[in-house]
Order: sequence, then structure tokens, then C-alpha cells
Amino acid sequence: MKKLLAYLKPYAMESVVGPLFKLLEACFELAVPLVMAAVIDRGVPAGDRGYVLSMGAVLVGLGLLGFASSLTAQYFAAKASMGFGTGLRQAVFHHINTLAQVQLEQAGAPSLVTRLTVDINQAQAGVNLVLRLFLRSPFIVIGAVLMSLFIDVKLTVIFLAASPLLALCIYLVMRFTLPMYRGIQGRLDLVSKLTRQNLSGARVIRAFSRQKDEQAAFVDASSKLTQAQLLAGRISALLNPATFTIVNLAVLCILWFGGVRVNAGQLSQGQLIALINYMSQILLALVALANLIISMTRATASMQRIAELMAIKPTVVDRAVAVPTPESGAAKLAFQNVYFSYPGAQDFALSAIDFAVRQGQWIGVIGGTGSGKSTLVNLIPRFFDPSAGVVLLDGRPLQDYPLKVLRNRVGIVPQRASLFRGTIRSNLLFGNEKASEEDLWRALEIAQAADFVREKEDGLDAPVLQDGKNLSGGQRQRLTIARALVKRPQILILDDSASALDYATEAALRKALRENGFGTTVFVVSQRVASIQNADAILVLEDGHMAGFASHGALYQTSEVYKEICHSQLKSEEVRRG
Amino acid sequence: MKNRQILLRVLSYARPHLAYLLLALALALVSVGFSLYVPVLTGQGVDLIVGEGMVDFICLIPILIKLAISVGISALAQWLLGLCTNRVSYLTVRDIRIRAMEVVSDLPLSTIDSTPHGDILSRITTDIDLISEGLLTGFTQAFTGIVTILGTLFFMLELNPGISLVVVLVTPLSLFIASFIAKRSFAYFREQSELRGEMSSMAEEMVTGQRVVKAFNREDACEAAFGEINEKLRVCGIRALFFSSITNPATRFVNGLVYAGVGVFGALAVMGGGLSVGQLSAFLSYANQYTKPFNEISGVLAELQSAIASAGRVFDIIDQPVQSPDPAGATVLTQVDGSVRVEHLSFSYRKETPLLRDLNLGVEPGQRIAIVGPTGCGKTTIINLLMRFYDPDEGRILVSGRDVQQVTRDSLRSMYGMVLQETWLKNGTVFENIAYGKPDARLEEVTAAAKAAHAHSFIQRLPDGYDTLLSEDGGNLSQGQKQLLCIARVMLCLPPMLILDEATSSIDTRTELHIQNAFAELMRGRTSFIVAHRLSTIREADCILVMNKGRVVEMGSHDELINANGFYKKLYMSQFGA
Repeated sequence: MKKLLAYLKPYAMESVVGPLFKLLEACFELAVPLVMAAVIDRGVPAGDRGYVLSMGAVLVGLGLLGFASSLTAQYFAAKASMGFGTGLRQAVFHHINTLAQVQLEQAGAPSLVTRLTVDINQAQAGVNLVLRLFLRSPFIVIGAVLMSLFIDVKLTVIFLAASPLLALCIYLVMRFTLPMYRGIQGRLDLVSKLTRQNLSGARVIRAFSRQKDEQAAFVDASSKLTQAQLLAGRISALLNPATFTIVNLAVLCILWFGGVRVNAGQLSQGQLIALINYMSQILLALVALANLIISMTRATASMQRIAELMAIKPTVVDRAVAVPTPESGAAKLAFQNVYFSYPGAQDFALSAIDFAVRQGQWIGVIGGTGSGKSTLVNLIPRFFDPSAGVVLLDGRPLQDYPLKVLRNRVGIVPQRASLFRGTIRSNLLFGNEKASEEDLWRALEIAQAADFVREKEDGLDAPVLQDGKNLSGGQRQRLTIARALVKRPQILILDDSASALDYATEAALRKALRENGFGTTVFVVSQRVASIQNADAILVLEDGHMAGFASHGALYQTSEVYKEICHSQLKSEEVRRG
Repeated sequence: MKNRQILLRVLSYARPHLAYLLLALALALVSVGFSLYVPVLTGQGVDLIVGEGMVDFICLIPILIKLAISVGISALAQWLLGLCTNRVSYLTVRDIRIRAMEVVSDLPLSTIDSTPHGDILSRITTDIDLISEGLLTGFTQAFTGIVTILGTLFFMLELNPGISLVVVLVTPLSLFIASFIAKRSFAYFREQSELRGEMSSMAEEMVTGQRVVKAFNREDACEAAFGEINEKLRVCGIRALFFSSITNPATRFVNGLVYAGVGVFGALAVMGGGLSVGQLSAFLSYANQYTKPFNEISGVLAELQSAIASAGRVFDIIDQPVQSPDPAGATVLTQVDGSVRVEHLSFSYRKETPLLRDLNLGVEPGQRIAIVGPTGCGKTTIINLLMRFYDPDEGRILVSGRDVQQVTRDSLRSMYGMVLQETWLKNGTVFENIAYGKPDARLEEVTAAAKAAHAHSFIQRLPDGYDTLLSEDGGNLSQGQKQLLCIARVMLCLPPMLILDEATSSIDTRTELHIQNAFAELMRGRTSFIVAHRLSTIREADCILVMNKGRVVEMGSHDELINANGFYKKLYMSQFGA
């Protein structure tokens, strides 16, 4: 949490000056009862109208000065807190960009977005409140006590007794209700979880005729929420009556003991009124403080969540400075005894992976659900690093390459075709800002996407909505392939993306890549034998282990796993023909 | 609905708690009345404390006793008022929430499918909460505020009409200033919330698309784009925050003016003999508090506006037409032979685009029907009609010779076992999920079903086996594993007919092979409708429904359809590349 406050540093001046002006305002406010006491004690008995009017002018002047300092304070507070939020937001966004893919998946995109938006807004509001109000309330309380000391030392005892009592009252109510409010939030979350479940599961719930049970669970959750709210409400409803009682009992004491002091000639009537005034100022200040504390807990919870996120250390670190020279004669890409396990998982998702591929080879990766296919190819652009073993590009460990250089050489077409808001052109230029019009069309041709782009009214400048919602699944897939091609990668990874491609497209893609002369090495991840059986070599994965690495024909003879996969998909003549 | 109607409707939900509501109003009167009496008593006390040797202690005692009693009564009434308000608002809101959910679980699926779930969700959670805060709490707050204003006016007029006039004339200034500020800051707030919306959608896109951002080295470009909007937000945010935060100081300033006015005119009146010093002190404390209820009421009015809008949105849901109830005398299906007849069935989601037209189909007990066609051709529509998730526009479906409209929905649905492409699991343990259709199942039965679905081995590897809690949408399971659980869920119930919608699409082919065997076992003797993607399923079907663009274009066995040389053959060729 302290680390987060570092983002307030550029606004140190504002953060100090703001509260100072706030204190100034409080001083003006504290002076008012004294002025009024003077009116009553000196102006009224003397019948001095001029004095009364001039004191009235002083009161207006105090009000104006207070207003002016308050405006200054609010401006500085707004500037500092907004600056804080902006800086923090940028830092968190940057931090998210540095985390490894595994870490992002673990945190979950929705929760990351919430922290980046809602939580930072809360934290920002919290900082603003603190700058504006946090010092004010205690200052008014202390100021009022000091003023009473100034007026009458003996009666100050009443203030010294009442103030801690008020503070204790607020503390106790907070102490008991704050955890309750956290519990209420949890129950509210459950209610919304059940609501969401009832909507998304409407078909299944009805298919199994469980509507009544689901409704009962909802009623139960709602009732528990209500009970918790009532309980917390019962306690927090005590706050106002309790503070009201304490303050007025203090006023009662002031009247009685003040009466004694006045009778003895040690206090004037006006001063007595001023003391009563200070008492009510203390009450107002402490109630404001109580409200402030409630908002503050929300802000601290948010800051906690942000701090947690910022504390995650990125596992993929970019240390290399210079591009290493390729080792002559080395394989284009080699996995050497690579192991990988997801954080928190007990088993290895990949174990003892060991293979090498030459430049220009077309490699198939096949295996069952959860066999580690995607994990394997994600190691190549260093979306995450192996737990053990090493991956070599041109004979040099991936870590030796600056991340930018490495990722420039690797093109990946992910399982889920994600496009970004903008135009087709802006999406294609992702990998290479300098690509020419010609380059783009060529990539589109290869990806078999040129036709539908040409049919668009705006061609390359046709808009793409968020997630590419205005395009069909197949179109999105082809655009993501074209996008990867614009980069002219040395290694191209099609992560189960060919499922949206038909045979003609795949064949054309293959031919084009062979002919373009870049010697691109291609990894095709698939569950379908048909889409990889013509590869130069096929890597068969089972439960994270290599169950074979050879051509289709050889594997069919030697690998039971592969043979079984083939038989589950192809007719026997097709298997043999391949 | 008009605002007044909405308000009345919310109050109609509060009717069961009407006694508490009335009690709250009575308590508000008591609490406000006595708390306003306190300054009068204090003033009387002050008047008895004139100066040295001029303090009337004998008369002071009864006043102080009255003061203590008034404070006690007011505090007690305040506390009880809080309890009553809480009761009314929380219980009313619970009732509304439960009612809304009742409607939701009885909505026709067409409504659920066509309404964004997030929309319904926010109505049932956030909007309903706003009703409690804005309408019910606001209602008593507004009432208390009005009583306070009227009461204060009454006491002030009692004391001195002239000085009351000062208060009454200056106070509206604060309302004027507050509304001026609100108008100014509203524009900034709207701009800010637009920018925030833009920023969240940008953040969401970039965070969910992190893989692509990284793969294409777009981190810097993304951060620059984010930074740009972040800066805009900062500039606009400072203005919005500053303007909104000057409301309080401005009110305090006006309050100061009122105080000065009362002080000066009061002092002059005291000199003139029309007012006692104690009365002046009472006036001063009224002046201090007088603007507060005005601000509260204007705050409440703003909240009321949004609460009424929220209530309107909630009632929109409650007023949604629910599905037609089962007809009186509908029979409960207990046994079926598995025959299904579809007669002259017509259906459309939207009247202007008819989907199914005059579909006829006779399915003998135990037959297997495959439904094939390109994505989005309306295959799931048939399932929707069979399960009576939707009702046809014309024609009818007979199961076991019975018109499905004449039997209860629940009993009809219990005759089908359904596995959908979208795997839905509830929040709960693995056990609860498998036993969803048979909540009283024994562990052995559940294990047997899981074994049959090839889910047993991976369930055992989960941290708590069958007691493992599945997070929302089964987060910690792979798509394939979720699918297996859905299959186990059906395996446990063993209904006489099956509906499988691409049930194995996300399971790798080897696992699928195992499941297919289990399915084959399950399907033996059971009528099955299968939205099929795999060649083997299609070929073994007794009848294939070929759909395109929402129509059944061909129907027949595999061989017949191949020989017909029509759409099916084209589809078959492109999908299976034979």
C-alpha cells in the first residue's frame, strides 16, 4: 500500500498545501464563536450598534476567507488525487503488459480490468477525501478544545471528557459494523452469482426441472443478505442517537458548571454561548469523520487489491540486450528436455520434451484435450518460460534474445481469433507498421482472406468492432492468419486455428509459405489428423509427454497413441493413403 | 409507467411492513420535535446565567431536567426510527428481489435468449439496491427533513418573526448555489463517465487480447493509446471533482452569512429588548442547522430520480409476460415408448423471417436422428422445440402418441437427456453437479455414472475428488472435462430419449471414442436426436435432417442423400474432404 502512495509524490506540493488551506479554513471557522461572544459580552451590554455591525462584517469576512481557502484546498486536492490516479493507472496497465501469459490467466482478465478501472477510481476518490477532510475533523476537535481552554480552563474538563467519549462511540460502532459490511458484500455477491447462474443455466435447470430448488436457494441467499443488513443496521443506527446524547449531556454540564463559573464572575454569558457552540462543532466534525472512515475502508480495500496485483513479479523477464549470432549448423528450433508446470499445479503440463526442427519444416502437433499442445507452442514466443530445460532458436537459448526481437521472429495465430477495434488495416499493421499496401494484400491472399476484404465497401479500411464482432468466425480466423503473415515471421504457429479453414485454404497457405522464400518454419496444432498428416514431422503428445515425433507413415507404424487417434477419425483407406 | 405509479407500486410492496412505515413517520415527528426543543431549553438556561452573582440555580434545575429528558426521548426515537426504516427498506427490497427472480425463472426462454444477461443481472442486484437506498431510506429522510424545516420555522417564528425572516430569505441562496454547481459539474461528470466507459472497453480489449499484444510487440503502442485517454480523463476529472467538491464549502459559506445576519440582527434586537440573550443563542444554533435539511432534501430528490428510474427497470422485468402455464388437466408423462411425431410444424423467432415451415417427421422408438448443417442454420431450434424451450407457431409434436402441449413441461423434459454444446455447471461440488437431475443419488450411483462418462479418473485427480468445489462456469476445468461432467449428469438419470447438441465438439477424438462407446450403450433402445459433427455419428443415423438457413432442405439416410447429389453431398465433401 505504501508503494502505491509513491504515485502521489509528483504532487507532493499539492498534497501538503491542500490540507494546509483546509486547516486555514478550519481556523476561520473556529474564530466565529469568539466573535459572537464578543458581540454578546461587549456590544450588547454597551448598546454599541457600531461595534455589533463591525463584528457582523468580521463574521462575513471570516466566511469569505474560509470559502476562498476551502476552494484552494479543494482544487489542490482534486489535482493531486487525479494525478495520483492517472499515474497509478498507467503504471498498473504497464505492469499488466509485463506479466507472463500464465500469470494473466491466473489473475483472470475481468478481475484485471476491474482493478484497472473501478479499484483505481475508488483509490483515487479515497486519496481525495483524505486530502480534503481527514485532517479537518481532528483539527476542528483539537481546535475547539484549545479554544475552550483559552476561554475557561476548568470547563475544558468537560471537553476533554466528551471528545474521547464521542471518538470511542464512533470507534465501537465502526469496529462492529465494518466487518459486517464486508460480510454483506459477500452475501450480495452470492445473490448476483445465483442470478447469473439462473440465467446462463436456464436450459439445463429446466431440462432437469430444478426451477423450484434454484428459486429456494435464491430466496435463502436473499433472506440471509437481509438478515445481515438488518443486524448491521441495528448497530449503525446507534451512532447518531449516541453522539447526539453525549454532546447534549456535555451542553447540560456546560450550563450547570458554567453557571457556577459565571456566578463567581470568572466567565461571561457570551463565553458560555461560545462554549456551547464549540461543543456542537465537535459533534459535526466527528460525524463527518465517521462517514469519511466508511468511504476510506472501501478505498483501502481497493488499494489492497491493486497492491496485490502490483506485487506479482513478472516471470518472463527481458534481460538480453544484443541479438545473439546464430550458431552455424544448429537446428532452427530445439526443445531440450523441457518441463513445464503451471503455478500451483502438482503435475507437469509438459515433461521431458526433446526435439529439433529444421528451417522451413512443417510440423504437426497433435494430442488429446489437455495433453499440452498449446502449452508447448506458447513456450516459443516466451509467453511463459519452461520450469526446466531449454528452448533454443538458431542454437541460442530464447532468453538470450531481446523479447522484441524474439517475438518479431515468431508469428502466432491463437486459438481464439482476437481482433482489435479499428480497421482491417490497423489490425494487419499490428506486426509491422511499415508494411506496404502490397504486403498487406499478399498476406490476405495467402490467408485466403483477400476476397471478402475486397468485397467490403471500404476494403482495407473497413471498420472492425471490438472482438471483431462484425465479422464471421471464419473471417476473423483468416484475418488473424494474415496479420501473423504481415510480420513475415521465421516461425509461424497455428494454434488449432486451422479448424476454421477448409482443405483448399490450408493447401494454398502451405504452398504460399513454401514459395515465399522466407523459409518459414510452421507449427500446426490440431486435434484433426487430416490437417497435420502431411506435415514433415508430427509431434504426438499425451498427458504432457512425447508419444512420438516422426512422419505420419512412420508414426502410424510405431505409435499406438497416434494410430488410435487416426482410427478414431479417418476411414481406413484414408489412413493408408496418407 | 409514470413516476407516481412507480412510487405507489414500490409502496405497495412495502404494504406488509406498513405498520413499521407509519411508526417510522411518527417517530420522526417525535425525534425532530424534541431535538428542536433542545436549543430553546438551552436558551432558557443561558438566560438564567446572566452574570456575576446573577445566576438562578433554582430555576436552572428544572430546565436542565427537561433538557435531559428531551435529549433522551429524541435519541431513543432516533434509534427506533433507524430500526423501523431499516426493516421497511430491507424487507421490501427482499420481497421485490424474490418476486423478480420468480418471474425470471418463469420467463420464456425466448426472452432470456434475447435479453443480455448482464442487463437482467444489474436490475436484480444494483437497481434493487438503489430502490432501498433512494426510495425507502430517502422517503424517511425527506420526511424528517421537511419536519425539521417546518419545526425550525415554527420555533423561530415563536421567538422572533423579524429575525426568522433573515434566515428564511438568505437560506434559499444556498439552494441556488448548490443547483448552479450541480448543473456545471453534471456536464463534467457526464464527460468523465463517457471517458471512463471508453477507457474500460479499451482496457478490456487490451487485457483480454494480451497474447496478441505480446506476440506482436504492441505493448508500447497500447500503453501510448491508454496514456492518451488516461490524460484526457485526468484533465476532465480534475474539473469534475473540483466543481462537485465546492458544494460543501459553498453551503458552509451561505450558512456563515445566515449566522452573521442572525448575529447582527439578533444582537440589535437584544439591545432593543425584543429578544433575550438565551433566545439569541437558540437562534444561532437554528441558523447553524437550518440549511442542512435543505441540502439533504435536494440530495434525496436527486437520488429519488435515479431510484425511480431503477424501480422502473425492475418492474419492467416483473411485468415481462411469463411462459404460458401448463394447461389445467395436463397429464404427467411417466413413461414413453420413444416414438416422436412432428406434424406440420412451423416456427419463427421473428415473425418476418420464418424458420421452420411445415416440418413433418416420424421417429420410431429407438431411432437415431442426426441433424447436420452449417453453423447458424437453426439446428438448435429443433432441440428448443422438442424440449419445449420454445413453442411452435403451428403444428404439433407428439411423444408416445401424446401432444406435448397437453402434458406438463417438467414431465416432458424429464423424458429427455440433454447434453448441450455450452457446458453449464452450477456453483457447487462435482457430486452436486453430476447428481443435478437426481439430487438424492447415492455416491455409488454418481461414481458409476462418472465412470460411464469417462470422467471418473480426472475427477479423482481433482484436489477434493467428488467434493471439489467448481468455481463459476467450472473455471478450473478444461472445456472437455466440463463436457464429460455434463455427460455424466445425463448418464445418472438414464432418460428414455436423448438430445445431444454437438455434445463432443470440444473433446479430443480419442476420449470421444471412449465416450462414443458409452453413448452407444446409452443410445441403445433410446430415441436420440444428435446435432452431429462427426462423420461416424452421421453415417450411423437412421435419418439425417439436413438444414440450411433455417430450413430442413433434405432428409434421409446417408446413402440416400449422397445419391441425391444435393446440398448434403456438398456439405459432406467440404467438411470431410473425402
